[in-house]
Amino acid sequence: MSSATLSPAPAAPGAPLTKKALTADHPTWCPGCGDFAVLASFYRVLERLQYPQEKIVTMAGIGCSSRFPYFVNTHGGHFIHGRSLPFSAAVSLGRDDLHVFVFGGDGDGFSIGGNHLVHTARKNVRLTYVIMDNSVYGLTKKQTSPTSPIGFKSKTDPTGAIDQPINPMRTLVNSGATFVARSHATQVNHMIDMMEKAARHDGFSVVEILSECVEFYEGAFDAANPRKGGQFLQVENHDPTDLVAAFKLASEAWPGRFGVFYDSPRPTKNALEKGLITKARERTKGAADLDLLQASFRKAR
Amino acid sequence: MVSSTSENPMDGASTAISPRPIQDVVIRLAGNSQDGIQTIGGFLARLAGRSDQEVMTYMTIPATISGGPSIFQVRMGTGEILSAGDQADLLVAFYQDSYQNHIGFLKPGGVLLYDTDHVKPNPDDHRFTSVGLPITARTVEAVGGSSKDKGKNLFVLGLLARLFDLDVEKLTTLVKDRFGGRAEDIVRNALLAFDAGYGYPAEGLRQCFFRFDAPRVSAAGRHQVTLDGNTALTYGLIAAGVRYGAGYPITPWSSIMEVLRTELSKYGGLFVQTEDELAAISYAIGFSYSGHLAVTGSSGPGLSLKMEALGWATMAEIPLIVINVQRGGPSTGLPTNVEQSDLLQALYGSHGDTPRVVLAPKNVEECFYVALEAAQIARKYSTPVIILSDQGLATRIEAFDEPDLAKLMVDPAPDLSERPGDFKPYPLDAVTRHAPPGARIASGKYPTVSGLEHDELGHPSGNPQMHQKMNAKRRDKIKALGLELPKPEVHGDPDGEVLLVGWGSTWGPVREAVTRLRKAGIRTGQLHLRHLNPLPEGLGEIFSRYRSVQVVEMNDPGVYGYGQLAMLLRARLAQAHIQSIAKTDGLTFKVSEIIDGVNRRLAETAAQ
Repeated sequence: MSSATLSPAPAAPGAPLTKKALTADHPTWCPGCGDFAVLASFYRVLERLQYPQEKIVTMAGIGCSSRFPYFVNTHGGHFIHGRSLPFSAAVSLGRDDLHVFVFGGDGDGFSIGGNHLVHTARKNVRLTYVIMDNSVYGLTKKQTSPTSPIGFKSKTDPTGAIDQPINPMRTLVNSGATFVARSHATQVNHMIDMMEKAARHDGFSVVEILSECVEFYEGAFDAANPRKGGQFLQVENHDPTDLVAAFKLASEAWPGRFGVFYDSPRPTKNALEKGLITKARERTKGAADLDLLQASFRKAR
Repeated sequence: MVSSTSENPMDGASTAISPRPIQDVVIRLAGNSQDGIQTIGGFLARLAGRSDQEVMTYMTIPATISGGPSIFQVRMGTGEILSAGDQADLLVAFYQDSYQNHIGFLKPGGVLLYDTDHVKPNPDDHRFTSVGLPITARTVEAVGGSSKDKGKNLFVLGLLARLFDLDVEKLTTLVKDRFGGRAEDIVRNALLAFDAGYGYPAEGLRQCFFRFDAPRVSAAGRHQVTLDGNTALTYGLIAAGVRYGAGYPITPWSSIMEVLRTELSKYGGLFVQTEDELAAISYAIGFSYSGHLAVTGSSGPGLSLKMEALGWATMAEIPLIVINVQRGGPSTGLPTNVEQSDLLQALYGSHGDTPRVVLAPKNVEECFYVALEAAQIARKYSTPVIILSDQGLATRIEAFDEPDLAKLMVDPAPDLSERPGDFKPYPLDAVTRHAPPGARIASGKYPTVSGLEHDELGHPSGNPQMHQKMNAKRRDKIKALGLELPKPEVHGDPDGEVLLVGWGSTWGPVREAVTRLRKAGIRTGQLHLRHLNPLPEGLGEIFSRYRSVQVVEMNDPGVYGYGQLAMLLRARLAQAHIQSIAKTDGLTFKVSEIIDGVNRRLAETAAQ
């Protein structure tokens, strides 16, 4: 991959953050991949948010979608399969001044990293997680994924998948995430809207985006694509703080609806931990580090 | 042949013990875990530390959830105490099974103190001075009310205070400190039980022991502190400027994360209890990436789970501290026993070529300093550093000179300054220095950290030459560290028959063995390794000065007859006279076991 061909102009402090400054390596995805649109939408979201460039962190796990950080000119990286959430949660908790975005696929989020998804969500760590769901393992060339429907023929299920797939939206609503939305990679404006709302949410926000793999699962999401004869139905007349209503939305028949399913803030782990620090500091009257440790040793005399 | 029993004032005495000053005493308390054995053992150790006495403890905790046999052994005295003692001078047996299981550890001529309410000792065993007293009945009598026999431990503590002329004022202060903050009657009951033990008419028994010699004044003129190894390690991390970390509970690592969870918030930091071991190391790497050198830890099985992420940290060159408080393995193994069988895992676990730093503290004091060293190395070389402690060190309480914190404390602030235009996270000709997020990059090109092989800017590179160069970069910095390590020092004879080589917590027993072997006329040296990867330079020359090199370690000698360090040293130095004294019975080395091992080797050599 040639990083030398693209040399973003250094943005002067205070200059608006543009797509030009945010562009890094040329994406390695197959032509026609849904992920291109997610990347383009993300640039737009960052243009709207105008965070200082050095304060943005773009992380990912492993998979096609997880190449994402190489294509975005911010701090960030490419961690191991399924564990980008705990890594990124630490970046958020360690550095409250940063804006943390995590990208991954259905394998990363719902299979190998499923446990981390639930626990990062219940801890309500402030970060935005974008799942680019293509319902297939693409990087390893067509194996069944946790969201592949029953009957899907893959190299690991040549006669068709037999295991009940995960319902991503039910999983996410149930996870304890305080913001859960769903979008479709062919609906750029909708994606931008969902990702921007997620970024502005104070807590663990997650956006599930159906992003087609044209190579190994062509037409997977046509049912929700008007250009392919489907219907893109948005969430309407829905109270996003109503958990039961969110479950009902999540349980609708395929292809279901798109929009914000759940949005109900509660204290973030970032804030709760800060509270513990404040309380501890009050108890110790803000003593200097040296005095604190000396006091601990005095107790051991 | 050297006798493997130690010299002791009481050796040879059968029933009558001549009262005279003693240098040190080994007390073994044997009961059940709910009896508060650990509590009074801790009091004795703290008292010894406060009195500028040397102290070393050893305890076993049952792996069961509640109850089960439990012991605490305290060795305290006025000389240099290097091990918890092979045999006890005094055994306190609370129950019949405590008596049966531990009478074998009592020195012939020692004193057996037993609770007549629960123990019937063998009347035909005349090797010891046996003293029975109704510990349970007297405690119930003293405390009264509905507390049943709670307080037996404090009754015994009072009794011991009387027997050894311990400082009652200091002891009662410790008792009040420990139980203070709880209901008033708990403190009152504790002191009632203590007084009853102290006042128990046991004048005959007092003849058995005498005062300790005058206490040695601490060489540095500093206060003595008494800590267990896990706490010392934790305080070392704090002194080293570590403010962030993550972990998952596992014995015997848990107490480190418990203390960090409470302490770090006072320092403005944070410790996260995660959903699993994989998340724990992922958080720790994330914290380090964000600019805060972080710690994670576990015991053997947890370290295995962390291995994939550890490979990433090596590839991405992230500074990180990983603590492994070793226990008996494999698998769940002996979770509350000691072993040193994770050395090869620490060096070579994970996939691919993952050169990394491995350090091991030799005693509780070094647990503190090794944390400082680990942090310094991790920062300087941008690398993961593994600290191999063990269950013995973790739970053992020792006294040592209070560290000079004003000189040692490290400022943990991350460097968020703007990086120059030519900034590269992975330069081929220099050690990696990451720019944490939040740091502007003058060129406007922001770096990525990656588990893929990468070029100097961190972008993926499938170029085989680049992979080879980057492997060399990651390896050469560890080699550079090896060259700057202090030359290993030999204790004892600089050449001769036997060199005893050890690592980690075997240091004390090995040192005592060296003393005894030299007294018996065998020229013996000791070499102890704190740096296990990279190894220091100059080992081969030192080894060649001895007829035999015996590596003492608590792991299995394996298919080829060599323990894990012995195998590494043989591979590194190709010297055939490197051999193993290895065992895996879950207990720390007795001095006698090492001496017996040496004797066996010497006999083998003589027979050849």
